[in-house]
Amino acid sequence: MKEFLTFTKKEFLHIFRDTWTMMIILVLPLVMMLLFGYAVTTEIRNTNIGILDYSKDETTRSIINRVQESEYFTISNYFNSYDEIDQSFKSSENSLVIVFGENFSENLLHLRKADIQIVADASDPNAAKTLVNYLSNIIGSTLKDLNKTTIENYEIKPELKLLYNPLMKSSYNFVPGVMGFIIILVCAMMTSISIVREKEKGTMELLLASPTSPITIIVSKLIPYFVISLINIITIFLVSYFIMGVPINGSLFWIFILCILYILVSLSLGILISTVSDTQLMALVISAILLLMPSMLLSGMLFNIESMPLILQGIAQAMPAKWFISAIRKLMIMGVDAKYVLHEFGALLLMEVIIIGISLKKFKKRLE
Amino acid sequence: MLGYLVEKEFKQIFRDKLLPKVILLFPFVALILLPYAANFEVENMRLVVVDNDNSSYSKELVGKLTANNSINLISMEPTYNAALDLVHSDKADMVINIPRDFEKDFVIDKKANILVAVNSVNGMKGTMGGMYALSIIKQYQDEKTSEIIGINDNSGVEIKTIYQFNRELDYKFFMVPALMVMILTIISGFLPAFNIVGEKEKGNMEQINVSPVTRPIFILSKLIPYWIIGMVIMTIGFIVARFFYGIIPQGSILTIYLFSFVFTLAVSGMGLILSNYASTYQQVVFMMFFFIMILILMSGLYTPFNSMPEWAQKIGAFSPLTYFIDVMRCVYLKGSKLTDLLPQLFKLLAFVLVINSWAVLSYRKTS
Repeated sequence: MKEFLTFTKKEFLHIFRDTWTMMIILVLPLVMMLLFGYAVTTEIRNTNIGILDYSKDETTRSIINRVQESEYFTISNYFNSYDEIDQSFKSSENSLVIVFGENFSENLLHLRKADIQIVADASDPNAAKTLVNYLSNIIGSTLKDLNKTTIENYEIKPELKLLYNPLMKSSYNFVPGVMGFIIILVCAMMTSISIVREKEKGTMELLLASPTSPITIIVSKLIPYFVISLINIITIFLVSYFIMGVPINGSLFWIFILCILYILVSLSLGILISTVSDTQLMALVISAILLLMPSMLLSGMLFNIESMPLILQGIAQAMPAKWFISAIRKLMIMGVDAKYVLHEFGALLLMEVIIIGISLKKFKKRLE
Repeated sequence: MLGYLVEKEFKQIFRDKLLPKVILLFPFVALILLPYAANFEVENMRLVVVDNDNSSYSKELVGKLTANNSINLISMEPTYNAALDLVHSDKADMVINIPRDFEKDFVIDKKANILVAVNSVNGMKGTMGGMYALSIIKQYQDEKTSEIIGINDNSGVEIKTIYQFNRELDYKFFMVPALMVMILTIISGFLPAFNIVGEKEKGNMEQINVSPVTRPIFILSKLIPYWIIGMVIMTIGFIVARFFYGIIPQGSILTIYLFSFVFTLAVSGMGLILSNYASTYQQVVFMMFFFIMILILMSGLYTPFNSMPEWAQKIGAFSPLTYFIDVMRCVYLKGSKLTDLLPQLFKLLAFVLVINSWAVLSYRKTS
């Protein structure tokens, strides 16, 4: 036992002495929360729009005014001819142009038909679609207001209920994602690199030849990372609860158990990676490409898993992060009972057993 | 002298068990998998319907809702609570509750209610799915109205929309050119830094310092191979984009090569700075993760740059990735010429100058 404590202390000292790494580990979750919470957004805002108006009459003017008033658009250019539009797209001056045909008001009045064209820079198709939608709505409602002869309509009145997140806060979605990512980063990647480092330097052989049991050596290496990830998790919880107003609706007990389980799975992954790689570079590459990237992209933090091709959905199932994030979302945000996350717990437990099994087998082989 | 050192580096890279594979495979895998993952579209929303009316109208509406692959009907439940239970256990994303007398209310009272409840933990998915369902309901309402009244009023304004540069509205066309930037950043910016820190950790650095090889030559010999590899990777990127996705640059490929080279100089300088401050692998890896994450997230790769608040855009303006990603998209999709992109070129050149001077200065300090 005393041996174990000494080893653990040594590992702690190693990490704490490295101020740069320590600082980054502790600051990283905060920076990620800041970025996702306040900087990066998938909403489309502040779009520059150009106008090409061949009519310049009352109706077109009122439409232009409405567009200018809306929070989404800023009018950046007034064009005189069609040819100027293309050039403005190419130098990214604006991403949308409204073209009004000639005699707009008159045509609308007499022919009951007038031409509007929206030319969109669709290099970002999502933004283009959304912007065209916004713009069509603005145009439609302006015209409706101008022309008050509406027929009484039949109506289906839908009520839209946004379950669990009525204020549409993006933090509800990314906080679980950030946790899932950080733990993989600290536990799997850092642990594997630190173990492989001993291998690469040759000190691992020395340690293994010492009277200390190999298990003690490995476990004492894991403890500091275990502690650091707990600190990270707690920081994330505190920041999200007190600063970002993310609720903790479910039982803290189960959330805690879940986090511990996930940390253990990630640590075991770290061990597994360290047993298969000979150099730190290899450990880095394996954990970055096979774990970190998929955990970021396939966990549902940024993109919807359901919209991906089946192969990617399959890969996502193999990611511990996916199960953890799904469970923590349910427990923390949706506030459901623990019985609804049995599935996720089961998946994580199964992974843990398999990973430990494989690493033990590999590890024994190495010793022989 | 430089020639020999570069040759040595190349030999070392190719002799490595892992590196050549990573360098070759990474761009392939990243370019083939990532664009399929990076997709904001909402598809396959899992719908549960509670149909208390069971009329021809309600059935028709459900049929309309599930007509394409945005919404899939997974089950019909007798009560709203049973349906909510499926949402709780994450087996469904959306519940539509059709009240009793839905058809009667609509035809006789001209007013019917319907409830759409959608899981919005992921706010964007929730609203997009919800809005989509609402738009279909609205469409259905209009259809039924004109069916009952019997007129088809299509006068008014017709809005024609022209989608330039990406007619099929394929998100992959937008992502693939930008992802090449990310790959180039990792391979040409970060691998040389790992390499240098590796030398430090092994103690080789001390020996180099006492040898007649001057530091600039040593550093150059570390960078040049990765610059060359960077250009090869861009070429692989062009090939994958061309043959796997059918994306052909509308502008000149030479413009892209020019920008790639300038960009490579900038990012390898960034790698150098980090390698100057770090003394162990773990350190340099962590620093890189920290910076690459901020750079990538704020550069507009996945999310629109202009939508970020002003302070964030200001920070994003200090990332060379921001400009190169913009350039790649402009050249690939819009066919922008070098003359359209001069501001970006000058900014990148300024980065090259500042970053590399910093790298040289910080190197002297530590030795």
